[in-house]
Amino acid sequence: MTSLVWLTILFPLLGAVINGAIAIRRPEAKGLVSLVGVGALLGSFAVAIGIFLEVLAGDGTATRVLLWQWMPVTERLSIDLTLQVDRLSTVMLLVITGVGSLIHLFSVGYMKSDPGYARYFAYLNLFVAFMLVLVLGASLPVSFIGWEGVGLCSYLLIGFWYEVDANSDAGKKAFLANRIGDFGVLMAMFLLWWHVGTLDYDGLARQAPEVLAYAGAPVTLIALLLFLGCTGKSAQIPLFTWLPDAMAGPTPVSALIHAATMVTAGVFLVVRTGVIFSLAPVAMEVVAITGALTAFFAATIALRQNDIKKVLAYSTVSQLGYMFLAVGTGAWAAGIFHLVTHAFFKALLFLGSGSVIHAMHHAQHAAHAHGDAQDMRLMGGLRRAMPWTFVLMGIATLAIAGVPPLAGFWSKDEILAAAFVRGGGNTIYLVAWGLGLLAALMTAFYMARLMAMTFFGRFRGGDTLEPHLHEAPAVMTGPLVVLGLLSIVGGVLNLPGFAGGSHYLAHWLEPVTDATLPYLDRLEMPHGMTELLLVGGAITIALVGLALGMWTTLRRPVLTPAATPAATGLARVLEGKYFIDELYQKVFVGPTVWFSRRVLWQGIDQFLVDRMGVGGTARVAKGLGWLGSRLQNGHVALYLTLFVAGVVLLMRAVIGGAP
Amino acid sequence: MLLGPSLALSAVLFTLGVLGVLVRRNAIVVFMCVELMLNAVNLSFVALAQVHGLGGQVMVIFVMTVAAAEAAVGLAIILAIFRHAQSVDLRQLTLLKG
Repeated sequence: MTSLVWLTILFPLLGAVINGAIAIRRPEAKGLVSLVGVGALLGSFAVAIGIFLEVLAGDGTATRVLLWQWMPVTERLSIDLTLQVDRLSTVMLLVITGVGSLIHLFSVGYMKSDPGYARYFAYLNLFVAFMLVLVLGASLPVSFIGWEGVGLCSYLLIGFWYEVDANSDAGKKAFLANRIGDFGVLMAMFLLWWHVGTLDYDGLARQAPEVLAYAGAPVTLIALLLFLGCTGKSAQIPLFTWLPDAMAGPTPVSALIHAATMVTAGVFLVVRTGVIFSLAPVAMEVVAITGALTAFFAATIALRQNDIKKVLAYSTVSQLGYMFLAVGTGAWAAGIFHLVTHAFFKALLFLGSGSVIHAMHHAQHAAHAHGDAQDMRLMGGLRRAMPWTFVLMGIATLAIAGVPPLAGFWSKDEILAAAFVRGGGNTIYLVAWGLGLLAALMTAFYMARLMAMTFFGRFRGGDTLEPHLHEAPAVMTGPLVVLGLLSIVGGVLNLPGFAGGSHYLAHWLEPVTDATLPYLDRLEMPHGMTELLLVGGAITIALVGLALGMWTTLRRPVLTPAATPAATGLARVLEGKYFIDELYQKVFVGPTVWFSRRVLWQGIDQFLVDRMGVGGTARVAKGLGWLGSRLQNGHVALYLTLFVAGVVLLMRAVIGGAP
Repeated sequence: MLLGPSLALSAVLFTLGVLGVLVRRNAIVVFMCVELMLNAVNLSFVALAQVHGLGGQVMVIFVMTVAAAEAAVGLAIILAIFRHAQSVDLRQLTLLKG
């Protein structure tokens, strides 16, 4: 089964090709599209389960599947298209195909009436194929194919409704932000090749420690460049601004790409190249503090957003920050653990919000009303019309807020504990821990606020809409139920000792992460009193946050957009997202546009190339032609004079030598 | 045996012919100057025939024949030009202007 791992990639790839063909030829054949699109994912998932069972039975050694020699450049540099099945890639494989299947299924209902149905599934299948290449690649270049491919699909799907300028702008923004990150990954690859001479994950793990000095400048630079790529792909400070805008895409896309899978690729890459990071303690500190800062600041922004998807988007940025905090402390398993649980509950939250938006949209449609279907200020009281969605989103909210025994509690607690332990010897990690703790409080707060504004109180969208609100069809609620169950029990994967577990996932990943052990101080997880205090603190924070969020939101009626006064002070800063977009616009985009327009376009292209180069050549030719045409004045006498002069010259040349 | 003076005269006549062709405006005069050039060459042929044998004299006969034919064609052309342009002034015949 393991040797058939390429099937998991081939299925969605074929699905993309077939659906693409259908999108061009017969876009109305939606039944066939659903069958191909969802079937490809289910087939992929089935193979993934087979592989998982095999890996489960194995001893943890990686299986490498050589597909073909890709770039046999020299004897030293030969890049093969090799896939690597080990315990890490199996976890990712299961999450991507499993959650991916559910989201594909959900999309069947969500996108039902969209004219771009076939195109949508073609893109979505293509995304899954590239994502699998990313996680299954056995070397950086192979992963990089997937890395770029998912970026492309993300761009295509964010701008899926490209008729609206804002949507295609958001797609471009995501693409450009990712391009900056990709530059980092490419540079890191060149440097690795230069210093170590291999790009293979296995080879790097073995040879990098021999060649690269611990904490030396080269390895730190390489790790930081890799991390730059991660900040782009995983929306961390400073490149996070694209992710909230990416909500312009269809909601299932936000769930699959911008919550569960693609944005976690950065975390995956850090774990994959863990040896390099563990050799560079400074880079590890940068990763941890960047993650913590991102977790904190994104959470503060989420406090004041009114668009249901924007709240979730900033929440995703914040949770990704937690994952980087985890891997920054060297708690690789905790990072992957949070990646998995986050995939469950955040996909659930996004799909739930999709269900809400779907209902709002249909109600508006049925009542012939127009309005923002995503503005929470126009929702309220939806729990009566949509009990399933309400309950399931409630579960996800408790999970992300960190209420035991749901999935999010265990993974977040693990991360904070790791940061706390590292903080014992390093202030940076202690600061990161503090930021993480505050972010946890705010997470609970903004999620409670989201639930309160959406599902509690009375409906604020207008009396004409209310009778038309109804629960989503079973094809949409079904995946929600599955994700809800996973969000509840997901924590079982890595239960700590006090809860009767044995850190199963951490042990499961040891064959992959053990290579970093010689270069990291062992994380001695707290026991006894300290552990119980930490856990108790985390639970208290979650509950206080939830209660505060509920209370402050429901204390007085939520104002509709029209009645909301302009925010002032800190609230204005938060609502404006710290005006980072505006800052980037001024500092980077503005000058770039100015430089492109004035210097590159008008200066170099229009003036130098067009006027001097092309126009200049034409003018020189024209001038020479004008000179020549002066001779053709029609007077025979002139022609003859020239003729005679020519003859005389010719004779002079022929007789030349004679005196 | 006046070879030198004969060739000198031939050169002078030829140069006069060339100059005439270049500077005169009347097509008839230009035509006459062309004849002058031909005959200057004839003179040099005859003169040189004294040294190099009869080939030169034979060539003169040929040249005169061709000149006669050329005179017929040339005058006909000039006549046609006159009918067309009401003039044989070469300065006004600038149809070949580029």
